[in-house]
Amino acid sequence: MQLLKKIKNSYKLRRKLMAYLFILPSLTIFILFILYPIVYSFIMSFYDWNILSTEASYIGLDNYNNMLNDSRFWNALKNTFYFSFGFVPIGIIISLILALFVNRKIKGKNIFRTIYFLPVIAPMSIIAIIWTFLLNPDIGMISYYFSLIGLENTAWLRDPDLAMPAVIMVSIWKEMGFNMVVFLAGLQSIDESYYEAARIDGATKLEQFFYVTLPLLKSTTAFVVIMTVIKSLQVFDQVYVMTGGGPLFSTETLVQYIYKLGFVNFNMGYGSTVAYALFILLLFVTIIQLRYFKGEE
Amino acid sequence: MKLTNSLIYIFLFIIAVVTLFPFIWMFFTSFKVEADILAYPPSLIPRTFSLRSYLEIWNSIPFFRLFVNTVIFSVGVTFISVILDSMAAYAFARIDFPFKNILFIIVLVTLMIPFQVILIPLFKLLYELNWLNTYLGLIVPRASSAFGIFLLRQFFVKIPYALEDAARIDGCSEFTIFRKIIMPLSKPALATIAIFHFMYNWNDFLWPMVITNSMSMRTLPVGLALFRGEHVIEYGMLTAGAVLALLPIILVYLYAQKYFVQGIALTGLKG
Repeated sequence: MQLLKKIKNSYKLRRKLMAYLFILPSLTIFILFILYPIVYSFIMSFYDWNILSTEASYIGLDNYNNMLNDSRFWNALKNTFYFSFGFVPIGIIISLILALFVNRKIKGKNIFRTIYFLPVIAPMSIIAIIWTFLLNPDIGMISYYFSLIGLENTAWLRDPDLAMPAVIMVSIWKEMGFNMVVFLAGLQSIDESYYEAARIDGATKLEQFFYVTLPLLKSTTAFVVIMTVIKSLQVFDQVYVMTGGGPLFSTETLVQYIYKLGFVNFNMGYGSTVAYALFILLLFVTIIQLRYFKGEE
Repeated sequence: MKLTNSLIYIFLFIIAVVTLFPFIWMFFTSFKVEADILAYPPSLIPRTFSLRSYLEIWNSIPFFRLFVNTVIFSVGVTFISVILDSMAAYAFARIDFPFKNILFIIVLVTLMIPFQVILIPLFKLLYELNWLNTYLGLIVPRASSAFGIFLLRQFFVKIPYALEDAARIDGCSEFTIFRKIIMPLSKPALATIAIFHFMYNWNDFLWPMVITNSMSMRTLPVGLALFRGEHVIEYGMLTAGAVLALLPIILVYLYAQKYFVQGIALTGLKG
């Protein structure tokens, strides 16, 4: 008996040791390449730190003070919100409409789904190159088609008022298939009996949508909204490729500005400060949204 | 009813054309000669088909090298990450050990930290490790993902214990149980995670752009975007390059569409 217990205990201990061995590689990576940097970033934000110089000098809250007086920071924040307010609602509504339509029992719905999802799998930077060409007034087909219906042959990306709408449009075009798939999964989890009950009560298609589909799609919608907002506040690739933040800083978003501070100006301390501002913004926006959706339930 | 269906068809068709148009334009433009590209009014179909852009791209930028780099980076990350993610997920799902909850919370916390926020210190860290501009630097920080662990754990907890217990009575080690029982039973989940990592890293832009600084270490999305920055008017070559960069991911997509869609649906349903 004694021996059996001993064997059993040593077996349990071995299992526990194995568990630590199994999570050790992942944990090491997370600690070294995510948790250490996020702490380090916080410390850097209190320093005047240029990667080219070896010395970093502690400057207290100076970076934060500078940021609050930095018109380029506020401009980047404004542009990020501009992008978000354009991209999130329009994109989500289009995705939902597409999901509703391709969820119907119609012929060819799988082909439509495959097509709409195609831009999602392509690299944003390459999509952005193609769209830059399409919107180019000299060779662009899109600009040409616009000119055919009487619109001016505009240099979209060179116009400070039109560059951001163009970036938003391309982003919606690229991402609409993603949320469509999420909505589709949500729609398919709704039990058919709800619709039968609604039909028996004489509800029209529109009424079914507002009183059955939307309420039952709430958790999916909450997820889509939160994820899309987070994604939109981190926008970078398409801005970098299509406009580089121009013209006249009209499309410079927060991540674009962080990139310039860190890797063009090598101003790592101040870059970290702005990065932390983005972090706090993301946390804040996420918590507010979670609260809102929780409160609704 | 008939009318609504026709209207829906027309709508879906228009959106499909809008979705496909840039791809079709890109495809045709890659076969045009320069005069054809610049001709006004522009036409979609090339007047003369030419393979010049496809031949030139290999000389103008180290296209083959970019391609190989992209494969090494995305396949490398995918391969290592699937293994490490599933190992960690296995421990969290099926073994009881001290501090399990705290350690799992650490994993979840990393899920909340946006990559852009840690980019600058991460760059500095790799600089000090002398890992900039190396495959090691590109791959290792990406070699495990909290997202993968989270999803696989959900899957692993649902696997019944009967098989595992039988194997244990037969004297199988923990690692054998993981490799011979859990992994084969989880193929769909592993495929989903693998596709997710592959797509994400094949397409990634900011990370490889910051970590590499010579053209010989760049990936396709970065290399092409930077090439465009310097040669704004090389439309033919850039569209040819774009076609070649898109082909692998589109082929993988058409072949394994189920897993792409599953991966995204999974992320949606967890919320």
